Amino acid sequence: MHTLIKWTALTLAICLPLSAHAHRAWMLPSATVLSGEDPWITVDAAVSNDLFYFEHFPLRIQGIGNLDNAPAGGPPGMRPRPAAVLQLFAPDGSAAKAENGSIGRYRSTFDLHLTQKGTYKLAIANSGLFASYKENGEMRRWMGKAEDFAKQVPANAEDLKVAQNNSRMEVFVTSGNPTDTVLKTTGVGLELAPVTHPNDLFAGEAAEFTLLLDGKPAAGVEVSVIPGGNRYRDELGEIKTTSDANGTLSITWPSAGMYWLEAELSSTEGVVAPATERRASYSATLEVLAP
Amino acid sequence: MPKRLLPLFALLSAPVLAAEMQLEVEIPRLQVAEYHRPYVAIWLEQPDQKHVANLAVWYDQKLKDKEGEKWLKDLRQWWRRSGRSLQMPIDGVSGATRAVGNQQLSFNSADAPLKQLAPGDYRVVVEAVREVGGRELLRLPFTWPPQKNASHSAQGSSELGQITLHLKP
Repeated sequence: MHTLIKWTALTLAICLPLSAHAHRAWMLPSATVLSGEDPWITVDAAVSNDLFYFEHFPLRIQGIGNLDNAPAGGPPGMRPRPAAVLQLFAPDGSAAKAENGSIGRYRSTFDLHLTQKGTYKLAIANSGLFASYKENGEMRRWMGKAEDFAKQVPANAEDLKVAQNNSRMEVFVTSGNPTDTVLKTTGVGLELAPVTHPNDLFAGEAAEFTLLLDGKPAAGVEVSVIPGGNRYRDELGEIKTTSDANGTLSITWPSAGMYWLEAELSSTEGVVAPATERRASYSATLEVLAP
Repeated sequence: MPKRLLPLFALLSAPVLAAEMQLEVEIPRLQVAEYHRPYVAIWLEQPDQKHVANLAVWYDQKLKDKEGEKWLKDLRQWWRRSGRSLQMPIDGVSGATRAVGNQQLSFNSADAPLKQLAPGDYRVVVEAVREVGGRELLRLPFTWPPQKNASHSAQGSSELGQITLHLKP
């Protein structure tokens, strides 16, 4: 594997949704369809191989638990990676607040009080540059924001390779009737624009989504959908599909349960210097209900 | 009267003659360590499952802070088709959970929801779900308005007993 890609994948494994070859990062809500006057959900966030088991590292999220004493997300002694920023959107589009956050050896946990009726979105989105280069004969790696690149990466770096990265991880939760306000996409990176509402998924029925890259339909993007619970079966049970010319994909859910959807692309199109490559990924944890 | 107008006349006069629909829903006695009365939703749907009207929603209304509403989503087919877009309680539809035995419901074409029911094929759907128990859903097809006295039955196997629909023109 290309060194830069390998390193990128490793880094992503720690704090972002990532490639199929590495660990998977995910958030798992206790419920996605709720009734009643005062519903709450609790959400687990972790990086693991199997879905959805806590077996590797917690997903490090800013403001969720005491990150200083928590696993760094890598080998012992590794410098902790920056914690992800969690965005919580209430049905009216305003910011909601995570409560009772904690981080343990294998998972982060927080609660969300659903004070409004409608659909909430939980999102972790990142964008930035990854660079690898040689300095005095030694391999160096850097990740950060584009504006810091010139300041922090030496101008005379040898064998410099820079990749531009966008990643996004989402979860949707609905109290009462599903609403659309939070489904609006941002126009940055790879995103899922639901045709079928993501809290209206049922076993045996087809759901349609459109993938967007920077707000435009993303054609030919590979999408992988994996049902949770793979510890107890031999087959991964992966559904593989590719978005069509309009960026649209259709998934017929074989059974009820929690699913992990991931889409990613790598391209040289629209790449802004100093980057020579662009990578974008999207993942979502989706609950499919029994009909 | 010309013969070809007879069916039309029959159709138009049906509401005047007050067609009736009676529904018997058996809540079975279950041998379980912890028994709670089931939540039950009963509604009318079109053959394509499109929701038409709610006939009854029985749930625990006595819990404080409307805690009983928290479990309405477990009537998952009803929740999808109707419940999630409603504000509970529903006047004339929702009520307390019912005891073991035969529960009777009567509807008359002079009143809602049958008053507004256009002639056609429908199904009565009965969905039951029980705390620390299971879930069962039964459907009974029928044609409205009824042309003659008719009864349709379905037999539940776990959370519901026999349900019977009696139609009278």
